[in-house]
Amino acid sequence: MSEMMQEKYAPGTHPDWEPPATEVGVIGWMRENLFSNWRNSALTLLGVYLVYLIFVPLIDWAIVNADWAGDTRDACTSGGACWVFVKVRFNQFMYGFYPAEEYWRVNATAVLFALMILWLTVPRIPLKRVAGVLTLFVFPIAAYFLLGGGVFGLSEVETTRWGGLTLTLILAVVGIVAAFPLGIILALGRRSEMPIVRALSVAYIELWRGVPLITVLFMSSVMLPLFLPEGVNFDKLLRALIGIILFQASYIAEVVRGGLQAIPKGQYEAADALGLSYGKKMVLIILPQALKLVIPGIVNTFNELFKDTTLVLIIGLLDLLAIIKAALEDSNWLGYSIEGYVFAGAVFWIFCFGMSRYSRALERKLHTGHKR
Amino acid sequence: MTDRKTHPASEEIPAVQLQGVHKWYGEFHVLKNINMDVARGERIVICGPSGSGKSTMIRCINRLEEHQKGHIVVDGTELTSDVKNIEQIRREVGMVFQHFNLFPHLTVLENCTLAPIWVRKMPKAKAEEIAMHFLEKVRIPEQASKFPGQLSGGQQQRVAIARSLCMNPAIMLFDEPTSALDPEMIKEVLDTMIELAETGMTMLCVTHEMGFAKTVANRVVFMDGGEIIETNDPHAFFDNPQHERTQLFLSQVLQH
Repeated sequence: MSEMMQEKYAPGTHPDWEPPATEVGVIGWMRENLFSNWRNSALTLLGVYLVYLIFVPLIDWAIVNADWAGDTRDACTSGGACWVFVKVRFNQFMYGFYPAEEYWRVNATAVLFALMILWLTVPRIPLKRVAGVLTLFVFPIAAYFLLGGGVFGLSEVETTRWGGLTLTLILAVVGIVAAFPLGIILALGRRSEMPIVRALSVAYIELWRGVPLITVLFMSSVMLPLFLPEGVNFDKLLRALIGIILFQASYIAEVVRGGLQAIPKGQYEAADALGLSYGKKMVLIILPQALKLVIPGIVNTFNELFKDTTLVLIIGLLDLLAIIKAALEDSNWLGYSIEGYVFAGAVFWIFCFGMSRYSRALERKLHTGHKR
Repeated sequence: MTDRKTHPASEEIPAVQLQGVHKWYGEFHVLKNINMDVARGERIVICGPSGSGKSTMIRCINRLEEHQKGHIVVDGTELTSDVKNIEQIRREVGMVFQHFNLFPHLTVLENCTLAPIWVRKMPKAKAEEIAMHFLEKVRIPEQASKFPGQLSGGQQQRVAIARSLCMNPAIMLFDEPTSALDPEMIKEVLDTMIELAETGMTMLCVTHEMGFAKTVANRVVFMDGGEIIETNDPHAFFDNPQHERTQLFLSQVLQH
């Protein structure tokens, strides 16, 4: 009898043995997670009340009572958020002081970039290697000439006119793309068996990690020109970028080193025993595993780098935050700083959240079911 | 099991020669004056109590450990600190580890084709063909597209053996290949090794599997305290051990 039942039903699916209704589904979940005892129930109710306290006025201010129409502050009468301010200044927030008739060049660069990212991240699209080469080597050159101009009949736009979200994204993307490989090289250098290489890597990492980014930016914009020969003066944006890259590389190096240390010695030995050279061993065996382990740390560093780009405002580069701050000084729009900062925060949040989501998807994709 | 081409000129030189090899870890003398010649096609089992230096010795043969004194000549090439020399020898010497050391981020097939493609510069299709050949030999071709983490210990160790064989090595080193396995999986790995021995592969095995030693070894080497205490053919070794320490060790191992 019992043997027949075992044949008919997979374990746990017998129709006569269904769990009680209070233990499954929505009710079961709520009972177990929200109202399992009186303390848990009290905390649940308190939590709901806090959410109510915070979000109802917020939504009221930001959406229900907000003003969207109009072009001047006179349009803002309802007492809610005055998004008119953001709307009127929107182009400046996005493009800085880039000439309005040339906005299409920034847009084209952004679309190109978005397409490359899609190609790289959507698994179904083939030829990832081609996409990688294009993104790393062809796209930056194209973007540089598209934004800077001066060739192919495009009028020249000096970097001092670049600003807003455009500048923020340039700083962040170039910073991330350049600091990442430099950080990996430093991490490998710090674990090298060659004493000079190791000492140089340690010295570099400890020096750059020990100074605040603000100091680095000040040095790059104020002190560096003093040491350059007269007449030599290179772009302030480029100097800030170099400062950010060299600074962040030291952080990435330490994150990657953590991953390298977590790889068991046996992996190195197996690669050695097969006759792989140092470079092949690292690129094919060690780094893929080490980088996968430290994805959360790397994305954390990228997020920080993205937000740290706002510090360039102290050397007079007008990134998104700096240009919003500048707009707030406008006597026509005094008193709308909350709207400005909420907008800035929302834009930064969208990009950082996007990176986090992608990193989680990547972690799931790279999980091959192995345990150590 | 291998389709190895013969080197007519190298037939007379031994596969591995160790002459007066010494090694120290700091002050600790792990290998003391090791002298051993392994002829082509010879199958050597190395045993001894833990800490006797047996693993260290075979790890010196492919330079996972560096010896500080004496000479090690593998396949006619002397091991020096010259990186090209070391890589050359490692291509000809396969190694199977106690903890398998498969690459967890690559599939079974990719584990097997990686070195042939990147070290031997073999076209991918050819490398995959060879890999499938050896995965069939170790009887797990159906696992080719799985990741190592999805296999049992015995299966992983057989993949590790196949991975080494894909490089078409002249010599195979086994460093306690069954010590990390559950008892019911030891046999499948030993059977694979016995089949490999039957193909005439030169093998050096560090193992405590005395049944395996009796079946396949030409010689059994007993080490203790960093020295080779006794070398003998399996029958003489098990039935009539010469040295007191060998007798003690055998009485401890064979009790069970």
